[in-house]
Amino acid sequence: MRYRSRGYTVFTISNTIFLSLLSLICILPLLHVFALSFSSRAAATANIVNFWPIGFTTDAYVKTLSNVMFLQSLWTGVERTVLGTVLSMVVITMAAYSLSKSIYKFPGRQIYIWVFVFTMLFSGGLIPSYVLISKLKMIDTLWALVLPSAVSVWNMILMLNFFRTIPQELEEAAYIDGAGHLRVLWSVYLPVSMPSIATLSLFTMVFHWNSWFDGMIYMSNPDGYPLATYLHSMIVSDNLSRVGVTLESVANFSNRTVKSAQIFIGALPILLVYPFLQKYFVKGIVLGSVKS
Amino acid sequence: MAAYWRKTWPFHVLLLPALVLVFLFQYVPLFGAVIAFQDYEPWLGIKGSPWVGFEHFRYLFTYPDGKQIIWNTLIIAGFKLIANLIVPIVFALLLNEVRKMFFKRFVQTFVYLPHFLSWVILGGILIDILSTEGGIINRLLNSFGIQSVFFLGDGRWFRFTVILSDVWKEFGFSAIIFLATLVGINPALYEAAEIDGATRWQQVKLISVPLMMPIVIVVATLSLGRILDAGFDQILNIYNPLVYSHGDIIDTFVYREGLNNGQFSFGTAVGLFKSAIGFILIVISYRMAFKLANYRIF
Repeated sequence: MRYRSRGYTVFTISNTIFLSLLSLICILPLLHVFALSFSSRAAATANIVNFWPIGFTTDAYVKTLSNVMFLQSLWTGVERTVLGTVLSMVVITMAAYSLSKSIYKFPGRQIYIWVFVFTMLFSGGLIPSYVLISKLKMIDTLWALVLPSAVSVWNMILMLNFFRTIPQELEEAAYIDGAGHLRVLWSVYLPVSMPSIATLSLFTMVFHWNSWFDGMIYMSNPDGYPLATYLHSMIVSDNLSRVGVTLESVANFSNRTVKSAQIFIGALPILLVYPFLQKYFVKGIVLGSVKS
Repeated sequence: MAAYWRKTWPFHVLLLPALVLVFLFQYVPLFGAVIAFQDYEPWLGIKGSPWVGFEHFRYLFTYPDGKQIIWNTLIIAGFKLIANLIVPIVFALLLNEVRKMFFKRFVQTFVYLPHFLSWVILGGILIDILSTEGGIINRLLNSFGIQSVFFLGDGRWFRFTVILSDVWKEFGFSAIIFLATLVGINPALYEAAEIDGATRWQQVKLISVPLMMPIVIVVATLSLGRILDAGFDQILNIYNPLVYSHGDIIDTFVYREGLNNGQFSFGTAVGLFKSAIGFILIVISYRMAFKLANYRIF
């Protein structure tokens, strides 16, 4: 019979224990912050909270959600995520449709592909981009957060690979019925590739929700920060006080539950879409790596 | 030519928005990078600023901290590269031995999660749990009688923390590609080995590992192209002036000197230097991977 040796049994048991521990290590830090956010201030300051709230209270959340700055950045974060995802998906889908055509149907696609792929290899860097955005007068606008990243070449390649798996017969039938390219894209390609589009949309949403650096450099005023940037500026000041670089240590420290609540709210949307993400990303990765 | 356009114009039109965006936000900054060879002043613009040739590039190497920053980048990125290869491979091999689908799913659900959280969130969590004032990790160490460790305030520990936390975030996700390879191995190979009396360990050593090798080589080669990416997102969220000596990397330096201190030309030069090295490495590593991949497929 298969693997009946005693050594293998011992291995199976220790392997199970090891992998369980590894899983715990990945989730416990998040659980700790979650527990902190629902604990009383006193318990948090006394450092007795582990993975379960002590002195349960929703105080920290009440405080967080009545903080105008927090709500404002939360809204900006939602705005950029929605606008950025829609924009990016529309642009990418249109481009991927053209690029998914064979070289016989669309001579010249190779040139376009290189124009796009080159941007994955070489970039002008941070400062020229910043100079450009300020020259375009996009500082302090949402456009600075959604336009530069709208064309994700990687997602475009994934999308065109999805499109290529669509049977030729489907679109040929549509052409014979007199449909144009736009019609084929809209009525044949999109319905058939809905799962792929949903997957890439999720990835784009996660990307936008998590992006913080562009918010920091393109928003001259903290009023315009999206949530991720707001959280960044908060944790940086937290860090500085904890390693003793600034002197507001005590004041910051007592805010620990509120900080935990803010961090947890920042992570919440990702946790909510995670089950859907997990369903698809394995496919996406394997497909992408095989095709490219 | 007219016939070509008549036949393909819809394709060009559909590509137009993407092309405009890429041209504006990728190619224009590429030309904008010429300010690396100038003493750029925003009010003079590119046309009016004086040209200085390779002055800023030379300055990078004579700059007191220049060598230290390049060294920090290489050592952090190098260790990450190695650890982010070995840990996922071992993890994939171990997970592949699990027979209970339920448990496999359970583990996968947890270890993939950190990949999707941003370094802002994870940085916030790290700063809290690694704190010397009652952070949970130091409390755990104390309960074993170990003194509190200044993870984010001591240079050497900082590098270690950066590398380890990056492995923690990414090992599960990086393992997917290896797991997929392992699952794709023909079961007949294992069955044949078993009939020949091979133990499970021998099967792993003589079947799983060799069959995984080509993809390991490809992943390793391709990651060489990122040897100068030491983790901008991560470090900018958890570093502080106390650890600049050990934790400052090229990207964070460009941000601080270039944008915060307004040295646009110098910052661009450093960024361009990094971009150029990265480009050369990517081209070389893709060539290598292509050769190795060919050998893998055929």
